[in-house]
Amino acid sequence: MKKRSIVVIAYIAFLLLPIYWLVAMSFKTTQEILGGFSLFPQVWTLESYRTIFTDPTWYWGYVNSILYVTINTVISVAVALPAAYAFSRYRFLGDKHLFFWLLTNRMAPAAVFALPFFQLYSAIGLFDTHIAVALAHCLFNIPLAVWILEGFMGGVPKELDETAFVDGYSFPRFFTQVFLPTIKAGVGVAAFFCFMFSWVELLLAKTLTAVYAKPIAATMTRTASSAGYELGLLAAAGTLTIIPGAIVIWFVRNYIAKGFALGRV
Amino acid sequence: MRKVNQKGWLFVLPVLLLVAFNALVPMMTVVNYSVQETFGNNQFFWHGLGWFEQILRSERFHAALGRQFLFTAMILAIEVLLGVIIALSMPRKGFWVPFCLVTMALPMLIPWNVVGAMWNIFTLPDIGLLGYVMNHTLGIPYNMTQDPLAAWITVIVMDVWHWTSLVVLLCYAGLVSIPDAYYQAAKIDGASNWSVFRFIQLPKMKQVLTIAVLLRFMDSFNIYTEPFVLTGGGPGNSTTLLSIDLVKIALGQFDLGPAAAMSLIYFAITLFVSWLFYTLMTRHDVK
Repeated sequence: MKKRSIVVIAYIAFLLLPIYWLVAMSFKTTQEILGGFSLFPQVWTLESYRTIFTDPTWYWGYVNSILYVTINTVISVAVALPAAYAFSRYRFLGDKHLFFWLLTNRMAPAAVFALPFFQLYSAIGLFDTHIAVALAHCLFNIPLAVWILEGFMGGVPKELDETAFVDGYSFPRFFTQVFLPTIKAGVGVAAFFCFMFSWVELLLAKTLTAVYAKPIAATMTRTASSAGYELGLLAAAGTLTIIPGAIVIWFVRNYIAKGFALGRV
Repeated sequence: MRKVNQKGWLFVLPVLLLVAFNALVPMMTVVNYSVQETFGNNQFFWHGLGWFEQILRSERFHAALGRQFLFTAMILAIEVLLGVIIALSMPRKGFWVPFCLVTMALPMLIPWNVVGAMWNIFTLPDIGLLGYVMNHTLGIPYNMTQDPLAAWITVIVMDVWHWTSLVVLLCYAGLVSIPDAYYQAAKIDGASNWSVFRFIQLPKMKQVLTIAVLLRFMDSFNIYTEPFVLTGGGPGNSTTLLSIDLVKIALGQFDLGPAAAMSLIYFAITLFVSWLFYTLMTRHDVK
């Protein structure tokens, strides 16, 4: 039993070390960072955070990221719900092929699509808008949401549908009042995964934006290259990007175990 | 048995339209570029399969593909093994479970370029924690901007740090779904730890492990941002994985034709290997 806890503790320590270093660095002054090695900040400073919260190009990065991630999550889950229902309940022409084709989009390297995406969204006049990034992220989030929801819906016995229809429920009423509450854990998990993959993706988000919808992650890379060696600022911005993820994961902590198996255990 | 109902198409239509818009239009653009030659001025000429031939024969592509396979094979081996061991070591219930789960999931929710930047800061030779400890405390020379081996190890350790938790959480989900009665029966039969693992735990984890291997294969084969931010593909070309090379050709040199041909070959390889994995891992399942 002891040996087991050592494995887990060692692993968690390994996970937390780089994060600790990032957070520690965000509280150090630039002189201290470049001056040499120190395990803890010698002089605690909030200078880096102050810069981020007072400079619009910085804090708008956060607002932009959160905006397009939210739009993407809402769109992905909303359209994936009926589709997943169809895949789990009906047989129709080409259903298996369609399902597999959807999943193949999860396999396409984002690098392959970067340039064509730029041309496509420029052509329809959506370049540099939140909706463009949200729609582009649908490419890999919708297939994932359909896959997760289908797994959860597959666990709901079909008798539920049949009983409801016998009781005189119309389809929309059945879906919203009976079926959705039954699979609400699945909806939460699907939304969590959409949030996660949209939040962490950078290549497409960066390609599709210039000024008005620029994500925080892109602001970081540009600042890092233009302003030289502002490690403290970079570390503070990085630390702040961890927070939304941590909040979201706290909400779904009770579903994580089942959710990561995509409802398939 | 599912009912035959062509109304299913109606339910799928919004998904179909959205994904097709994002997948087919860019894909056609790529196909279009891959068979044409351009000399600028937006003038394009038919080039047939020339670019495909050129890419398939180029040393550079072979080298990048080799590095990509090596990288993916190594991280799959390490992450799956480590993930299973850690999942088996996790407590099944109690106060620490939510803490463990949340901490483990944390690395996966950090934007990919922040992961790269974080590891960059972590490994700086004189001011990073790892770099300092290696060079000054342990006395092992370590500088990943100059030493290809150090760069490789760092990229792999970073990916293990980033994604092992996915395997852990998936396996853990499989493990907690095993009823206690199974373990009690095994105990009565006097089964060894190995037989408990082999005949109770492993079969239950098999389905989730399939998902884990597939997801890890797809994502590691397409990896771009983290190693690019960490090493920039260097030193030299030693950590230039397939996606990094592709972006170099497409956006760095603006060679659209070869880049498009390479994209299609790349995508085809990903599809084929994913299909292979899926078929091999599920061939014993009775549907």
